[in-house]
Amino acid sequence: MNLPAKVKVAFYWNASCGGCEEAIVDLGEDLFKVLEAVDIVFWPVALDFKLEDVERLSDGEIDVAFINGGIRFSEHEKVVKLLRRKSKIVVAYGSCAHLGGIPGLANLWTKASIMDYVYLKAPSVVNESKTLPKEITQTDAGDLELPAFLDALKPLGQVIDVDYYVPGCPPTPNVTLKAIETLLSGKLPPKGAVLGASARALCDTCPLNETKPEKLAIKEFRRPHTFIPDPKKCLLAQGLLCLGPVTRGGCEAKCIKANMPCTGCFGPLDNVLDFGARALSFIASIIDQRDEEGIKKALGPIIDLVGQVYKFSLPSCPLRGLIKRKEV
Amino acid sequence: MSKSEFEPRIVVFACNWCSYAAMDLAGTSRIQYPPNVRIVRVMCSSRVTPEMVLTALAEGADAVLITGCHPGDCHYLVGNYKTLARYTLLKNVLDELGLGDRVRLEWFSAGEGERFAQYVRSFVEEIKERVVNLQASTPEGGR
Repeated sequence: MNLPAKVKVAFYWNASCGGCEEAIVDLGEDLFKVLEAVDIVFWPVALDFKLEDVERLSDGEIDVAFINGGIRFSEHEKVVKLLRRKSKIVVAYGSCAHLGGIPGLANLWTKASIMDYVYLKAPSVVNESKTLPKEITQTDAGDLELPAFLDALKPLGQVIDVDYYVPGCPPTPNVTLKAIETLLSGKLPPKGAVLGASARALCDTCPLNETKPEKLAIKEFRRPHTFIPDPKKCLLAQGLLCLGPVTRGGCEAKCIKANMPCTGCFGPLDNVLDFGARALSFIASIIDQRDEEGIKKALGPIIDLVGQVYKFSLPSCPLRGLIKRKEV
Repeated sequence: MSKSEFEPRIVVFACNWCSYAAMDLAGTSRIQYPPNVRIVRVMCSSRVTPEMVLTALAEGADAVLITGCHPGDCHYLVGNYKTLARYTLLKNVLDELGLGDRVRLEWFSAGEGERFAQYVRSFVEEIKERVVNLQASTPEGGR
C-alpha cells in the first residue's frame, strides 16, 4: 500500500489509564520527527477535534488510527466502529487494546457486582443516597445521557477488524517508533502482525540471560517486596516469578533492569493460543516439588495466580465465554 | 434439558504406557462403560499442555480427564510429576474461573481396566448432574 506524503493519523482511547497516550508524548524529540511526517486529524487527549470532525471525513480518509484501551462502554464501541470506517489501517495500541489488559481482569466478576462494589460497598465510598450512574437521567432541562456499561471488557480485535497490534503496558518509545516507521515505510507486514516488538522471547535478549541456570528448580517462589534481588543475577534463579521466557521481547527488559520481574505485558509469542496457559505450563515446569502439598507450598507466596498469568490477557482467553463470573 | 437427555462429551487424555493400557484392558475384557468419553492417546501425560485442555473446553467438551501412570511408575521416570504440577496450577486457575470441576487428573496402572470403567461411570454421572444444574440457572459469560 502506498501512503501519501503527509499521512493522516488519528489517536483514540477507550477503557485505559492514559499511559498509552503518555507513551506517545514520551517519544520526546522523536515526536517532532513523527509530526513532520503525519497530519493528526483526531486526538481527544491532546488536540481540540470533535467527533463531528471525524464524521465529516470520507470513508478511508484516515491512513492510520491508533486505538488504545479495551472496549467497556457503548461509547467506545460507537467511536471505534466510526474510526474503523474512516481508516485504512487500524492499529490496536497497547496491552488493553491488544489483549484486554489489566481492566480485563474485571471480567472475573459480574457487571452488576462491579457497579455494586464500586458505587456502594467499597470501603472508601460514601454514598448515602445510594446514587448509581444511570444511562438516562430525567431533568427539567431535558434528558441527560451517559454511555452504557457493557457486560464485559473486550479487546479491540473482538469488536472491530484490527490490522496490526503494538504491544506493551505501555508500548515503549522504541517500540512505538519502530511501529510508526514500519507503517510509514509502506512495506507492510501481513495483517494481524505485532509491530515494533521482537519475534523472540524477552528471556532471549535479557541482559541477565547469561546467569540463568541450565535447569531452573524452584522449591518456593519469593515475592519482590520481601528481599532486594541481586541486580546481576537472573531473577528466576533468585526465586522471583519472571514471565520473560514466555513473553514477547522488544521492551529492552526495562522492568528487569529495575529489579522487577516480567509480568507479561508484551503478550504471547506468535502461534501461542493463550498467554495464560503457556505461562502456567512454564511455571509448572520450574517447580521442584513432587506432590500436591509441595506444589502448593511452592506457589504459596503467589496469592493470585489468575492475576499473575492473565494480568494482561484474560479477555483473550479461549474460555472467556465459559467463565462463571463471581459476585463481590 | 433433563438429565436423561443430556449426554456429556468428555475428552480423556491417556498416556501410552499405563492408562491407555488400562483402557485397552477394559475393552478386551469387555467391561462396559459409558460412550461419553473420547480417548486421545499421547505418549506421556506430561504431553498434555494447559492449552490442549483449554482448547477442548472452549470447543465444546463438557469435561476433560487427564490420566497417567501412578506416581513413581512413569515410563519416562518423572513425566507424571510434571503433569501433577501442571494440573495443580491449571486447576487453581480454573477454580477461579468457576470451571474447576470440569477438569480432573487420575492415575491408572495397566492392570486397572475395571477401575477405569468404574471411574468413568461415576464421572459421567457427576458431569450430567452438574451441567444440567448449570443449564437450569442462567450462566453469564464474558463473550
